[in-house]
Amino acid sequence: MGIEVTGVSKSFGAQKVLDNLSLSIPDGKITAIVGPSGVGKSVLLKLILGIYEVDSGSISIFGEDMTIASSEEEKTSIRKNCGVLFQSAALLDSLTIYDNIAFPVREHLSLKEDQVYQKVWSIIEDLSLKKVANLMPQQVSLSVRKRVGMARAMILDPKVLLVDEPNTGLDPQHGQEVYDLIKSCQARCGFTGVVISHEIPEVFQVSDRVAMIFQGRIFAEGTPEEIIAHQDPYIKQFLKGSIHGPIRIH
Amino acid sequence: MIQVPGMQVARLGRFTIDTITGWGSSWIFLVQVIKSIFSRPFRFRLFLEQLYSIGVNSVLVILLISVFTGAVLAVQAEFTLSKFGAVAFTGSAVALSLIRELGPVLTALMVIGRAGSACTAELGIMKITEQVDALRSMAVDPIKYLMVPRFLAALVSVPLLTAMSIAVGIWGGYIVGVGILGLSPGTFMTQIYSAVAPDDIFSGLIKAVVFGFIFGWVACYKGHTCGFGAIGVNRATTQAVVTASVAVLVVDYFLTSILTQFFMD
Ligand SMILES: Nc1ncnc2c1ncn2[C@@H]1O[C@H](COP(=O)(O)OP(=O)(O)OP(=O)(O)O)[C@@H](O)[C@H]1O
Ligand SMILES: [Mg+2]
Repeated sequence: MGIEVTGVSKSFGAQKVLDNLSLSIPDGKITAIVGPSGVGKSVLLKLILGIYEVDSGSISIFGEDMTIASSEEEKTSIRKNCGVLFQSAALLDSLTIYDNIAFPVREHLSLKEDQVYQKVWSIIEDLSLKKVANLMPQQVSLSVRKRVGMARAMILDPKVLLVDEPNTGLDPQHGQEVYDLIKSCQARCGFTGVVISHEIPEVFQVSDRVAMIFQGRIFAEGTPEEIIAHQDPYIKQFLKGSIHGPIRIH
Repeated sequence: MIQVPGMQVARLGRFTIDTITGWGSSWIFLVQVIKSIFSRPFRFRLFLEQLYSIGVNSVLVILLISVFTGAVLAVQAEFTLSKFGAVAFTGSAVALSLIRELGPVLTALMVIGRAGSACTAELGIMKITEQVDALRSMAVDPIKYLMVPRFLAALVSVPLLTAMSIAVGIWGGYIVGVGILGLSPGTFMTQIYSAVAPDDIFSGLIKAVVFGFIFGWVACYKGHTCGFGAIGVNRATTQAVVTASVAVLVVDYFLTSILTQFFMD
């Protein structure tokens, strides 16, 4: 099993975000995580990475425990296998876009600068980022930063890819580019992927499985076809994006 | 009617707990930083960048305040000493005050105001914009990547700036003393040579190192523990400047007492 989330609860103060949530993310497959805004998808991603600590329950990545028991050094060695895109992109704002993408390469591989350049430049071309390569992150729009974050997440061919809304706010062409990159990278290195997204049904083209979070737990899980064919009124309403139904939007 | 001051008691309790945990976690933070200094990878380039932004960028303002501090010291010393007919000692009064006290303290306060606030704000913004989380997610230790270079740069630059400040301050005193107040240049300088002992310089240097240490510790810790949003950064920055400045002045008193005792024998 790739990533195993078992009975995880997480609260912030009095607000209970995740409540005894369990989820198995299969090895070598891409799992889409969907659900209404504010339901805790981004929190789950940070819990998996050990950036937030669980209140109870456990999380393991390839059998290695990521929760409280592990020391920061152990977490670091697990994180070396992970490529991550945060919802805000979280680029380092003291570095240019090129240097941001090169950052993981320089940190973890001892390559000569011209080899780094080749590696970085090839992904820059895949994502049409040539024009912005020498700009600072503050000089480009959020959707460009997200694509840069995507490049940074994938540059080391990670074993685990965790991406938070990779194409929210992207135009259809650039959005498709991101999906194509995920697909080709998946075909090349067979990572275990988690893609958080609101782009339904577009995200289903890259996902083998779908998990829907609602009310702090996994509300439904299955292949994209199963989810689409689901008869549950909550899921039908959510997929349709309708305001009429049992899900209350306040 | 007696009012049960439950709220006040609860607030006092919370304040006490917060203060003690804050104090404890700042020590844990310091230990982490110091441990990280000695473990690989050594990030020399980042250290140089911080040395530039904390040290080099403070040079001009330190020069400016030092010249005027030296100058005003000369005026005051001459005024006071003239009452005892001892204006000849103006040079040594200026030099000793600068070396033992004003050089280290004023430099530290100025650097805290200029670079400490910037340092805390930068770290705080990195924290609230998830850049620190991003570093961790890329298996890079933020303590090593962000804190160690800043801490070391503070530790190195404050003593260097202090030395510069003292030299320039004495020069400022000389200009005013000799040029304006009409003291004899020879007496001014010989008095400095005969009055200043290696111990004085040593105690000034120790102070500067300790102040640099306080500056690095407080600025990094406040950035590291910054709260949410613009308000969080605002609060962290203010606290960093106030805490570090107060700490410098308090520690200065104790350090002076100890060092004076120590060098008496
Ligand atoms: N560090 C934090 N401190 C306090 N509360 C937090 C923190 N992080 C997240 N939350 C809360 O957790 C809840 C879930 O947030 P999260 O960002 O995971 O939602 P989401 O499912 O990713 O939503 P979206 O689809 O809008 O991105 C929110 O109500 C948020 O206020
Ligand atoms: Mg989110």
